[in-house]
Amino acid sequence: MANKISDETIEYVGILAKLWLSDEEKENARSDMEKMLDYIDTLNELDTTGTEPMSHVFPVNNVFREDIVENGDGSEDTLANAPLKKEQGFKVPKTIR
Amino acid sequence: MAKQYETVIGLEVHVELATKTKIFCSCSTSFGGAPNTHTCPVCTGMPGSLPVLNKQVVEYAIAIGLATNCEITRVCKFDRKNYFYPDNPQNYQISQLYLPIARNGYVEIETGDTKKKVRIHEMHMEEDAGKLVHDEWDDTSIVDYNRSGVPLVEIVSEPDMRSADEVLAYLEKLRMIIQYLGASDCKLQEGSMRADVNLSVREMGSGKFGTRTEMKNLNSFKAIARAIEGERQRQIELLEEGRAVVQETRRWDDNKEYSYAMRSKEDAQDYRYFPEPDLVPVMIDEAWIEKIKMMQPELRDEKLARYKKEYEIPEYDARIITESKHMADIFEKAAAICKNPKKVSNWLMVETLRLLKESGMEPEEIRFSPENLAKLVKLTDSGDINSSVAKQVFVKMFEENTDPESYVKEHGLRTVNDEGELRAVLEQVIADNPQAAADYKSGKEKALGALVGQTMKIMRGKANPGQVNQRLKELLG
Repeated sequence: MANKISDETIEYVGILAKLWLSDEEKENARSDMEKMLDYIDTLNELDTTGTEPMSHVFPVNNVFREDIVENGDGSEDTLANAPLKKEQGFKVPKTIR
Repeated sequence: MAKQYETVIGLEVHVELATKTKIFCSCSTSFGGAPNTHTCPVCTGMPGSLPVLNKQVVEYAIAIGLATNCEITRVCKFDRKNYFYPDNPQNYQISQLYLPIARNGYVEIETGDTKKKVRIHEMHMEEDAGKLVHDEWDDTSIVDYNRSGVPLVEIVSEPDMRSADEVLAYLEKLRMIIQYLGASDCKLQEGSMRADVNLSVREMGSGKFGTRTEMKNLNSFKAIARAIEGERQRQIELLEEGRAVVQETRRWDDNKEYSYAMRSKEDAQDYRYFPEPDLVPVMIDEAWIEKIKMMQPELRDEKLARYKKEYEIPEYDARIITESKHMADIFEKAAAICKNPKKVSNWLMVETLRLLKESGMEPEEIRFSPENLAKLVKLTDSGDINSSVAKQVFVKMFEENTDPESYVKEHGLRTVNDEGELRAVLEQVIADNPQAAADYKSGKEKALGALVGQTMKIMRGKANPGQVNQRLKELLG
């Protein structure tokens, strides 16, 4: 176990994700995240000198769409996913005070 | 002696691009549709949906980059900016952090007699968020995703501005460049151009920057000027009291003329950017850049110089006319048709500006066509109508783009050039006003005015006042 995730980190990630975690959930999250970091650590066992960083696996670029409207009124499908609706919009708790 | 302070300002300007469709899906970008009608799985962040980049967005961004003297990034990529907010259905915004499309540019601004370069740090492409409408009564907000995925460019300046005047000159400059390119309509009030102000103060002569704050929610030029003055004062007061300025985002309240800290510890700003895996890199080669350069229209500064030379109109008039691309287009087309640029310019500078001001309209909203303006100029040039009739026709044309020729015909407004008819009216006027006629004969030049006025009244403005004057003198001579 190369990496140890501190209490502060768990707290901070919780705030960023807007999640309220119980102590037990925090411990589970810590263990999951440590496993992920250990997995990534495998890379450190390899010699990567001379390997360029990359963000895409395939050598593909310049995939474009032309600027033509093809979609019609999508409100019914979109709003089908709304837990709460009002006036054709998603109803959420008030975001400003 | 009180300390002198200098204000240091940098701007982040968001501009909504004038594409027909959104940046990553083929939903319409048109303004004012019923809530959520312009949405699909891509712009509402449904799992499994795939964004595909709108080519026109890249072309507008390259055009703006070139016009602001930027270097265009040959290999550019998108990144995810992560944050949770109801206006952002994906929980991330697709933006560019590491390889933005344009970098290291500048625009030249003028304040008073001083010219100055404001450097542009970088410009990137990104998607807009949805719109939140807050309900005052039941503590809820309503989300409309029509705007989610509308393409934006964000133009980030260096901290090169020192006053509200310089900031306004910079924004005006950007607005004109982008409107001329046709890349956006840049309306501050409607949100298609938005500016965040980064501001700090420092003691005059200091080489170090002070701590800056970022101000949001500025939606008019006046609000920007007031916010800069308000924030400058707030920061100076803190420093004078020996307290520190805190680096934070503040929301400007234009009614209260004060800014308020926006985020608390609960909203820590950490966007955890990482490369966007769903979009492939954009490679921009020389040929593509050249093609866009070729299509670049004449920009404002070039137009201004050409107007003074080619049309010989005064600098001041040329400036006003070229401030709006729409007005400049009307001017050029009308001048080409009627071959009288001076008269066209006069109609724009005097009557058009007056009516725009009276009706609270922007030059971009002018409705009359250059063809109709040219017709009106021709009607006055040929003496077919006199200037007071022309003004009356112009008002009609300004309101409804009425064709001046048919309007003059329908309402019988053509100047009467029939000698016989005019002579009959003049004789009648002299007979009806013996006192005025006698006064004129005895040397009272002024008395003629009353007779001319009477004649014009009977002719309902259709006579040429100069001609009436002349004929009267002959008859009384």
